[in-house]
Amino acid sequence: MSAILDTHGHDDHDVHHHKETFVTKYIFSQDHKMIAKQYLVTGTLMGVIGVLMSIMFRMQIAWPEEPNVLFEALLGKWAPDGVMDADVYLALVTIHGTIMVFFVLTAGLSGTFSNLLIPLQIGARDMASGFLNMVSYWLFFISCVIMICSLFVEAGPAAAGWTIYPPLSALPMASGGSGMGMTLWLVSMAIFIASSLLGSLNYIVTVINLRTKGMSMTRLPLTIWAFFVTAVIGVVSFPVLLSAALLLIMDRSFGTSFFLSDIFIQGEVLHYQGGSPVLFEHLFWFLGHPEVYIVILPAMGLVSEIMASSSRKPIFGYRAMIASILAIAFLSTIVWGHHMFISGMNPFLGSVFTFTTLLIAIPSAVKAFNWITTLWKGNLQMNPAMLFSIGFVSTFITGGLTGIILGDSALDINVHDTYFVIAHFHLVMGISALYGMFAGIYHWYPKMFGRMLNKNLGYLHFWITAVCAYGVFFPMHFIGMAGLPRRYYTNSNFPLFDDLANTNVIITIFAIIGGLAQIIYLYNFFVSMFYGKKAVQNPWRSTTLEWTTPVEHIHGNWPGAIPHVYRWSYDYSKPGHDVDFVPQNVPLMEGEEELQH
Amino acid sequence: MTALLTIIIVIFVAVAIWQMVKIFDLAQVGTTNTQVADDQDNKINGYLMMGFLVFIYVITILCFWYIGDLPLMSNAASEHGSEVDNLMIISMVVIFVVQTITQFLLHYFAFKYKGEKGKKAFFYADNNTLEFIWTIIPVIVLAGLIIYGLFTWNDIMNIDEDEDPMVIELYAQQFSWKARYSGGDNVLGKANVRLIDIDRANVLGVDEEDPNAQDDVIVSELHLPVGQQVVFKMRSQDVLHSAYMPHFRAQMNCVPGMVTQFAFTPTVTTADMRQNPDIVEKVKNINDLRKERKAEIEESGQELLYEFDYLLLCNKICGKSHYNMQMKIIVETQEEFDAWMKEQTTFPNSLN
Repeated sequence: MSAILDTHGHDDHDVHHHKETFVTKYIFSQDHKMIAKQYLVTGTLMGVIGVLMSIMFRMQIAWPEEPNVLFEALLGKWAPDGVMDADVYLALVTIHGTIMVFFVLTAGLSGTFSNLLIPLQIGARDMASGFLNMVSYWLFFISCVIMICSLFVEAGPAAAGWTIYPPLSALPMASGGSGMGMTLWLVSMAIFIASSLLGSLNYIVTVINLRTKGMSMTRLPLTIWAFFVTAVIGVVSFPVLLSAALLLIMDRSFGTSFFLSDIFIQGEVLHYQGGSPVLFEHLFWFLGHPEVYIVILPAMGLVSEIMASSSRKPIFGYRAMIASILAIAFLSTIVWGHHMFISGMNPFLGSVFTFTTLLIAIPSAVKAFNWITTLWKGNLQMNPAMLFSIGFVSTFITGGLTGIILGDSALDINVHDTYFVIAHFHLVMGISALYGMFAGIYHWYPKMFGRMLNKNLGYLHFWITAVCAYGVFFPMHFIGMAGLPRRYYTNSNFPLFDDLANTNVIITIFAIIGGLAQIIYLYNFFVSMFYGKKAVQNPWRSTTLEWTTPVEHIHGNWPGAIPHVYRWSYDYSKPGHDVDFVPQNVPLMEGEEELQH
Repeated sequence: MTALLTIIIVIFVAVAIWQMVKIFDLAQVGTTNTQVADDQDNKINGYLMMGFLVFIYVITILCFWYIGDLPLMSNAASEHGSEVDNLMIISMVVIFVVQTITQFLLHYFAFKYKGEKGKKAFFYADNNTLEFIWTIIPVIVLAGLIIYGLFTWNDIMNIDEDEDPMVIELYAQQFSWKARYSGGDNVLGKANVRLIDIDRANVLGVDEEDPNAQDDVIVSELHLPVGQQVVFKMRSQDVLHSAYMPHFRAQMNCVPGMVTQFAFTPTVTTADMRQNPDIVEKVKNINDLRKERKAEIEESGQELLYEFDYLLLCNKICGKSHYNMQMKIIVETQEEFDAWMKEQTTFPNSLN
């Protein structure tokens, strides 16, 4: 323990070799690399559940109210004779959103790569507090278990949408899922937030305090910048969601009226008076919007790193990339109102939020252009990680551009809560962040497991996924612009939308194929762990410090002294060097300038 | 049985993938298999990137071709609607241009600069001029869109009381809509859910004592006179709902405990809209599809043939039957409207 904490231990500091039991090594581990793997495996399993749910509700939309073997097998009493119940449809939509946003793309993505890469890339022996790190993972695990448990309660899981707007989420008589299911949802999220805060604090402290000698902030890889800023956003905004959840619990269980007022339901007037559901919307989106950047920034960091390494070129505009991360982080906390243009809040606020929201397009555009320029005149090594990175930029652009419409209050009136919104955010944060995560996994798998993923399966996985992602979400823009509302169990009560039915079938078929393609990845992931090709120390010939550690994991990361850093992390193809990469721990040659970007 | 089948299928898939891996490996005999991309991989994937660019363009064209006529994005039926549609079209053009160019550059570079052994990348870390250019261009374009957008938004949301708009209440509950007309005085009677009295059929909780309530009229089909500005005062009795009237480019949430509002002027009567060539085509298209599903539709008790009508939909998740919470809207001439209104029962007379 002391050896791990003493990350400044220079030169001749010996790393203790603990006697490790199975429990301390694989279960209650305090080693950041093991915790990263725990996050990844847990996130993957949650992801499987989330994707399976989406395939089920897509089937319901494409073939409404038709008996389905899958429903009969998986939904049991909620799909009598294989026909999905309307309440369950909403529950599936709700839990799919919750799992994917929080459990996969927040914990699974940030948890995995922040834990793995922060100590390794800044040159630290471990996180600032290994114990807090372990607690953070296990809180996350508990919240996963509670969320899964909520799927099995009598009246069904939460079914008020992942945004759980009250009064729907507050009143069990308004929706079956708002009873025990919602209680478990709130408890699970409260624990999740605690986990996320512990993790974030740890990341911030580690990045600030434990950088190795020579690793100034302007020599940090962009991954670390992204994780660092993400953690700061998390610390600023997650507590607000916690307060919203606690106030909602009070309204539900103790009769307070924070969010409820003047309600008549099922023949009786409830006692609530003076509260406002709009207040909840403000509190929710004060986290909810930064949350999408909590999801996308780490993916951006991973992609920047992989693109530079695979292009054998420095990332273009390193300082502009950092500036845009900071700009996005700052703006992300003052744009939440664009989710609420038509919530009944003062139209003047709508104007303000339109302004701030469209501003955020500027740093985003800078990032996209810089990535494209990074490719220019490169020597692109088309590893699966690189394909996913290019795919990331592609979906980020496609999805991001429609934000211009949704962020514009006057236009949002007509496309709010339609499939247009679904298309937008799935491309710009769902698929993009997922691509970032896949890119990271393909790239750092050798670091995590000491073996390589099969590249051909990786290619297959990428190309099927890429085609299906566009196949699913591109047409959704159009059915959204035709006015089709989201979260409808079936559209058959609106002949107006009958001409969209075929499109919905096509979308569902793409979704099924895309979902099945993930089996290739799962196979690759789990089989390569044991039978994959053994990795060499630096398979991608990268410059960052994690590739200077031995393939076999050891406590404290480096067997000897922690390497010192002499240059930024993007010295690829630098003129004057024979090799096309110069690791950060290689001192400057005589007369060599540390080209300051 | 299903479980067994599922297990068998999973095993088959795993075996299939395993076989595929074997085939891949066999195809690469002779080369050292490091699982790191070699020139061959770079080349194949470079070409596939160009293929993917074509795929993106093709799917765009197909979408425009088959589902690109968007009757809810053209033929607006309200006064502010055409302004919104203009802004929408301008935004779409900007998006379309940027999308086409950036996707081209991204995928073309991925193809053009695919890696080869012995080649060295161009060390190019920074260029302030370039970065300035692509910061300033989005700034200018966005400034234009923001200004245009804000003017439109203010235009829509600021209700001009001088025009003497007709006041109508929209009332939402799980899972139906009601409308309350304010009658000759154009003032709605006071209401609160605490006054709801189901036995007396006072379902909206209107204050029976309020003189303004005496001429109110409650209906479940919304009629609007063409050319007359209407301001909707919205209430909900239970959970959040959203009053979505896509043809009029109008939407506002209905929030329990408060009154929200949205105003617009309908400009095209239902009868005229039914004659609109775009709508005629759309309706014909829908009816052709419905005829194919004749048996199924008749079984569900719906009318087989669809006729165009304006609709008010609920567009905020509100519970089990959210997917079927709608109200028909009929826009008609002032005379037709007056005649219809005369037939309606006023609030005091509707009580038991």
